[in-house]
Amino acid sequence: MYDLLIAPFVEFEFMRRALAGTLALAIGAGPIGVVLMLRRMSLVGDTMAHAILPGAALGFMVAGLDLFAMTLGGLAAGLAVALLAGLVARLTELKEDASLAAFFLASLALGVTIVSMRGSNVDLLNFLFGSVLALDDATLILIAAITTVALAVLAVIWRPLLMDSVDPGFLRSVSRAGAPAHIAFLALLVLILVGGFHALGTLLSVGILIVPATVGRFWARDVNGMIAVAIVTGMLSGVVGLLVSFHTGAPSGPAIILVAAAAYGLSVLFGPVGGLITGRIPRRHLEA
Amino acid sequence: MIPQLVFHDLTLGYERHPAIHHLDGTVERGALLAVVGPNGAGKSTLFKGIVGIVPPLAGRIDRCGLDRRDVAYLPQIAEIDRSFPIDVYDLVAMGLWRQTGLFGGLGRPARERVHHAIAAVGLTGFEQRPIGKLSGGQLQRVLFARLMLQDARLIVLDEPFNGIDTRTAADLFGLVRRWHGEGRTILAALHDLDMVRTSFPEALLIAREAVAWGPAAEVLAAANLEKARRMCEAFDEDAAECRVAAE
Repeated sequence: MYDLLIAPFVEFEFMRRALAGTLALAIGAGPIGVVLMLRRMSLVGDTMAHAILPGAALGFMVAGLDLFAMTLGGLAAGLAVALLAGLVARLTELKEDASLAAFFLASLALGVTIVSMRGSNVDLLNFLFGSVLALDDATLILIAAITTVALAVLAVIWRPLLMDSVDPGFLRSVSRAGAPAHIAFLALLVLILVGGFHALGTLLSVGILIVPATVGRFWARDVNGMIAVAIVTGMLSGVVGLLVSFHTGAPSGPAIILVAAAAYGLSVLFGPVGGLITGRIPRRHLEA
Repeated sequence: MIPQLVFHDLTLGYERHPAIHHLDGTVERGALLAVVGPNGAGKSTLFKGIVGIVPPLAGRIDRCGLDRRDVAYLPQIAEIDRSFPIDVYDLVAMGLWRQTGLFGGLGRPARERVHHAIAAVGLTGFEQRPIGKLSGGQLQRVLFARLMLQDARLIVLDEPFNGIDTRTAADLFGLVRRWHGEGRTILAALHDLDMVRTSFPEALLIAREAVAWGPAAEVLAAANLEKARRMCEAFDEDAAECRVAAE
């Protein structure tokens, strides 16, 4: 048992680093993912994750595998696409989901092109699926800092963000905080995705946001409960995913997201809040 | 007679298309005013303009010194995301936003006010129930409890009695009457013309512009209603620029 669960982390530093990175990521990703899901913005999350790619790739083209350049490029590109997609949806007749899809496909194509021009196929794979087993000190500090900032900012915008989700008309009638809260939330989303990009790559970083949040929906009835479940799911997916990857040789990033996806599958079936099987167990109806 | 709301050649709309055009007039303080008109007449847009959600395309609204916090707004029930996991207590407590702001907690007196408001709309025992499990009438009661906590001088109700049973409508109208008795100014968008005739002293009939404004019985004369219906059907997607002189 020890050899199976504990030894990999005790004996190998790269496993401890990967664990620390995923745990930090899961803590920040939990609340952001839940809000993303409740605001029906899962596709926005996906788009932002792809949008980071060309920016990070440009940083890579200019400075090589430099943490600062790729982070800055990713942030800039993510924020730019957040802004542009919002403008296109607001100013034209195109529905927001179609506009987002157009942006994320364009970003993906552009990013892959830029990385391929400068780097190897290994670089490309690292961009798309991350390299959680190769996190260095600077990257770990970056991820931890991003999670800290995300939690602090979320605490400030929490009430207007939730009120805007339930009853936007009411919030706008009592306060002007709705629009700034939404914009701050988009910025946090880009930030946590950039953090996730270093560990899980652009294609999978959104997975640690969305998949644990959807698990939360099947286990809790209120927002706080969903966030708690999402964070725990994210963390457990990190631990189990890394172990699976260690013992089987499966790539680590995909292993983490697959474990989360398995938790999602189980929740869909057995979750106490609206799970398919739990909800269909024949029981006597309640008193009126 | 002290004015509470004055419309000066007010035009409200979206992307240059006016939803309501060149409205002039005064709502007296303490008025109980029904706003009626066909679907698409501009009732909701007018209300959104009054509470400051939609800025005027032209003209202006004078709120006569009222602060944003002195205005309470009941959105149409369809604008609320009923799948959101929030319970009755928390939704009602949103009415205390002006006291709590971003971080403030609810002290014992505030919590008692929330419970009192929930009791006043007859929903004691429903505090922990998620809003997704409420009927339309129950949710409207919850929103009225939130309005009570806002304790506002101007109350704007967008279709408060749509799609709810007569008993709930009567209960909620009792609250409206009470607020009116307390000297608050109340505007309500309504489709039930019989209710307007029997219960509202004053009415404003609009069809993308004012058709009639005055005592309810006169405003709801057959000729006015027919005129309003024809005006709403004449909506032109490719309208030319308005030639009424700007201020």
